[in-house]
Amino acid sequence: MLLKQPAIAGTLESSDVQVTITPQDGGVKVEVDSTVKAQYGRHIEECVRETLGNLNIDNALVKVVDQGALECTIKARVECAAFRSAQVEDNYPWGGAIK
Amino acid sequence: MSNERRLKRLRRTMMFLSAQRPGLIKDAYIYGADSLMIDLEDAVAENQKDSARFSLYNALKTVDYRGTEVIVRINALDTPHWQEDIRVVVAGGADGLRIAKCETKQDVFTIVEAIEKAEEEFGREPGSTLIMAALESPLAILNAYEICTACPERMIGVAISGGDYRKTMGTKYYPDGYEIFAGRANMLVAARAAGVQCFDTVFTNLDDEEGFRKEVQLIKEMGFDGKSLISPRQIAIVHEIFAPTEKEIRDAEKIVRAWRENEAKGVGVFTVDGKMIDIAFIPGAERVIEMAKASGIYEGDL
Amino acid sequence: MKNAVNREIPDELLVNGREVFQGSNYRDGIRYQKAAPKVRMRTSQLDSKVLPSIVDAIKAVEFKDGMTVSFHHHFRNGDYIVNMVMEEIVKMGFKDITIAASSLGTSHDPIAEYIEQGIVTGIQTSGIRGKMGEVVSFGKLKTPAILRSHGGRVRAIEQGEVHIDVAFIGAPTSDCYGNASGKGGKSDCGVLAYADVDAKYADNVVVITDTLVDFPNFPASIEAVDVDYVVVVDEIGDASKIASAAARFSRDPRDLLMAEYCAKVIEATPYFKQGFSFQTGAGGPSLAANRYLEPILRKHNITMSWICGGISAPAVDLLNKGLCECIVDTQDFDTVGVASVHTNPKHFEISTSQYASPSNKSAFVNKLDYVILAALEIDVDFNVNVITGSDGVLRGAPGGHPDTAAGAKCCIIVTPLLRGRMATVCDSVVTVTTPGECVDILVTDYGIAVNPKRPDLLEALQKTKLPLTTIEELRDIAYSIVGAPDPLPFKDRVVAILEARDGTILDVVREIEPLK
Repeated sequence: MLLKQPAIAGTLESSDVQVTITPQDGGVKVEVDSTVKAQYGRHIEECVRETLGNLNIDNALVKVVDQGALECTIKARVECAAFRSAQVEDNYPWGGAIK
Repeated sequence: MSNERRLKRLRRTMMFLSAQRPGLIKDAYIYGADSLMIDLEDAVAENQKDSARFSLYNALKTVDYRGTEVIVRINALDTPHWQEDIRVVVAGGADGLRIAKCETKQDVFTIVEAIEKAEEEFGREPGSTLIMAALESPLAILNAYEICTACPERMIGVAISGGDYRKTMGTKYYPDGYEIFAGRANMLVAARAAGVQCFDTVFTNLDDEEGFRKEVQLIKEMGFDGKSLISPRQIAIVHEIFAPTEKEIRDAEKIVRAWRENEAKGVGVFTVDGKMIDIAFIPGAERVIEMAKASGIYEGDL
Repeated sequence: MKNAVNREIPDELLVNGREVFQGSNYRDGIRYQKAAPKVRMRTSQLDSKVLPSIVDAIKAVEFKDGMTVSFHHHFRNGDYIVNMVMEEIVKMGFKDITIAASSLGTSHDPIAEYIEQGIVTGIQTSGIRGKMGEVVSFGKLKTPAILRSHGGRVRAIEQGEVHIDVAFIGAPTSDCYGNASGKGGKSDCGVLAYADVDAKYADNVVVITDTLVDFPNFPASIEAVDVDYVVVVDEIGDASKIASAAARFSRDPRDLLMAEYCAKVIEATPYFKQGFSFQTGAGGPSLAANRYLEPILRKHNITMSWICGGISAPAVDLLNKGLCECIVDTQDFDTVGVASVHTNPKHFEISTSQYASPSNKSAFVNKLDYVILAALEIDVDFNVNVITGSDGVLRGAPGGHPDTAAGAKCCIIVTPLLRGRMATVCDSVVTVTTPGECVDILVTDYGIAVNPKRPDLLEALQKTKLPLTTIEELRDIAYSIVGAPDPLPFKDRVVAILEARDGTILDVVREIEPLK
């Protein structure tokens, strides 16, 4: 999927995560800031990378500000930010690239 | 569960929660509502409809709702959102969806057509996505019977939506309920005539427990199946008021037992405590026992 | 050496008679010689003990490098005393200071600086939070901090393990002789329970007040016979943070669900009978249990004999409604608690020794029927952590938790299964602050688990419709939702020692790298 513009999804509320995706060459770069970074920082980055992989996004800067979100929330916010960045607004590939 | 069973399941409490709030949708089943009503409509801001869908989809795919029914309220037909809403509800495998602002049987047909398409697209069993209709205007109330009968294989029932109904009727909330009585009564008659379930509107003042209890008592007496809720704090009260009394349970047990004995002997009409009983009494009696079990007060062995 | 809660305690800590934890009642019944302060006689006439400033008091007690100073935490996050006194001590060039406080909080962030500068080299406290917790966790304090329960602190002082050179006691009111009270003045905190042991065991006692009243200021919590000097300052605290507005019940449905479970657990267990005693922590669900208890008390026509511990509106409400005979108070959390201890003759102030010490001839906690407490973490052995956060940093307080858990016949821990992504029910808590043998029942939003050592309580609860499960099941649910956490990157160095009530070592906290 081709990213076209910077996009953001999610909030800074407790149990939520704010994800900012910026189109950028040179592979996927993930920056994680999290209230649970000590124990889950690695999980969060893996989740972001896997979600982007499913969406066939190979180049992007992803900033994650996490307030203790569960994995399903992180994945949802990454997907939302990615589709916003790609300017896709409907006919999402539920069950396909969105696993 | 067969569709027939799914359509008729107990729905005393249907609790609304916003699809956009991760802290809520992750485990709202712990409060013991019969159904969860995940909202894509009013609880989600116009510019977050997409975000709410991703959140909903991932919750449906990962959260174990432990048997609690999950219904999704989708955006109304006059918005640009409802088609994508239906796709995500069907793809995610929710039990059903609630049609906001449903006014005619044509509205039901339109929704069902989109569901059928989505069920095919996402490889879901045709007919597995149930529907219910929210009636929010006088026109909807007048069309209630047609709406209730528009799609018998999917239709759970109808719910009155007090906020918009009162607005379109030119009135507002009053504690005695007269302002919405005609709507409630007409919808209920239509639903019962069609053989579908019927649900009351939300009660929004969480600080007025007495008012809430009064309203729940009223709708129970009228014959509603349940009520839409806005907070987990309301669940226990509805379940308490809907719980059958000890005498009701005892009577129901007697009827069911007597029916089973007599049926085995080929007897169709008999008396229990001097009252004539036939097959027409059985569903009612079974429902009392089911309700007693759900309320956690049944101690018999039926 | 491994202790009774399976924690590895480094041998180098096991010197001077220090032992590892060997069970809650390992030292039950031992005899010991109480420590005693070095007191200055006064045979001559004296009109007043008031000195013009804190500096004068520091000079008057002949302050030296290496001394131990003590403080109480009745002013909670509104406390000015600790920072005010330490600022002067540091300005006067003293070093190698140990702070032995009943608790320390986020209002004491400036102390972190003195730790980093190497001026404060020892910390002994129940609570440690904010910047101070961070610098200690990051290894900046010269000696390991010693963390004790409220009762354990009294014991350590009475047994001479902590010798206080100067106790600085902030008091809402005092007279010129040092008769001091928690009541009245601008910084009304209700009681001065925690300072009682300091006044009785410190070599030098300085009362600091912002409201000097006529002599004698009776009834006095701190008696003038124990006080060397009195200093009057403009403000000893921020009243709005000392006693918050009336504690209201949580409206969070999750808290209320758990609170209701707690009340039903109490109703179903054997100590629920006329005249039972009760304590709750100050957390949302613990406090809200009071609300669900009221209808249950009325239904069974039962009243409590006493409520103890930290007091706020819900306890006062039960007292005023006649559902509880009296309150024995060690701390007031809100203005309602403060007002009640002023006016209600059935609301008594007690000392921390009376409340929770294991080293006297039996404290109130030993007679408690029920206590409801919170937890940051609880593991499958029912060990509780209330001191280290999910990042391994010190940010909590054992407080009365280990004391009441050990004393109460039925200790109920109430906590949501998840906080954000943190599983509160886990394989092994980061730090043991209350041993699992003292915990009887765990109430969570996902179900209730009974400690297997209490089959009697399990049997009682099986007669109810409460959602019973096992603690292993709860852990499995939690991990299935959040994923198993990575281990925290602790280093070897011990930065804090968790002392059990009896003085044995329950656990240690090790240094952790600050997160990048």
